[in-house]
Amino acid sequence: MSVSAEMLFFFFLGALAVTTAVMMIVQRNPVMSAICLIGNFFALAGLYLLLHAQFLAVLQIIVYTGAIMVLVVFVIMLLNLADERNLVDRMNIRTTFGIVLSAGLLLELAVIVFTRSYPAMPRPIPTVAGAMGTVEGMGAALFGPFLLPFEITSLLLLVAIVGAVILAKKRL
Amino acid sequence: MDVPLNYYLVLSALLFIVGVAGVLTRRNALVIFMSIEMMLNAVNLTLIAFSSFLGNMTGQALVVFVMAVAAAEAAVGLAIVIALYRNKPTVDIDEINILKW
Repeated sequence: MSVSAEMLFFFFLGALAVTTAVMMIVQRNPVMSAICLIGNFFALAGLYLLLHAQFLAVLQIIVYTGAIMVLVVFVIMLLNLADERNLVDRMNIRTTFGIVLSAGLLLELAVIVFTRSYPAMPRPIPTVAGAMGTVEGMGAALFGPFLLPFEITSLLLLVAIVGAVILAKKRL
Repeated sequence: MDVPLNYYLVLSALLFIVGVAGVLTRRNALVIFMSIEMMLNAVNLTLIAFSSFLGNMTGQALVVFVMAVAAAEAAVGLAIVIALYRNKPTVDIDEINILKW
C-alpha cells in the first residue's frame, strides 16, 4: 500500500503538533512553554494548508504567532517570572482532579476511535477556480452571509483595546 | 490515498485534551492562558476540517471570528494578569485567593 504525500505530511505535522503541545504543558519555564506553543501554531498552519485553507494558514501565522504569542512573551518578560515547581511537589485536590479528568477524556477518545467504524466521507474535488480557501472565497463569505458578525467583530476589537489600555494603566 | 476526516478530528480532540490538562494542572496564570489558546486552536482545526470536507466556506469564516475573539481575549486577559501582578507580585493562581471564604 503506497502512502501518499498528503498522509506523510499529515502524520509529520500531527506528531509535531501533539509533541509541542505536550511539551508546552510539561515545561516549567514559561518562556519555553511559549516557544513550544509557537511551534505548535506553525504545525497547525501546515495542517491548514493541507486542508486547502491557504488564507487561514497565513492568518494563523500572522495573528496567532505574530501577535498573540509576541504579546504573551512580552508579558512574561515584563513580569520576570520564576520557574514553576515540579508537579509531584505541588499535588493537591485540583491537580489530581485535573489529571483524572484528562485521563478520562483520553480514554473516551480512545474508545470512540478504536471500537467504532466510520464510513468514509468523500472529499469534494476543489474547483479549478479554487474559491475554497482563497482570499476571494473568504471575502465572499465575510461580506455575504457573515456581514453582521464581521461588523460586530470590529466593535469587539475596539472594546478589547479600550479595556486592555484601562486595565493596564498605573493611574486611571 | 487521502487523509480521512476522522484523522483530523482525532488530532483536534487530542490537542483539545492536552489544552484541558494544561488548564487544570498548571499554576502559572500565563501557561493556563496558553493552554486556553491551544483549546481554541484545536476547535479551529475541527472547523477547517469540516469546511474542507463539506465544500462550504462557513467553517473558515467562523475560524476568522474565533481568531478575532482569541486576539481580543489575549489582550484583555494579559492586561488583567499585569494588573494582578501590580497588587501582589505573583502570577501563581493558588496565591491569588483573597476572595476565598
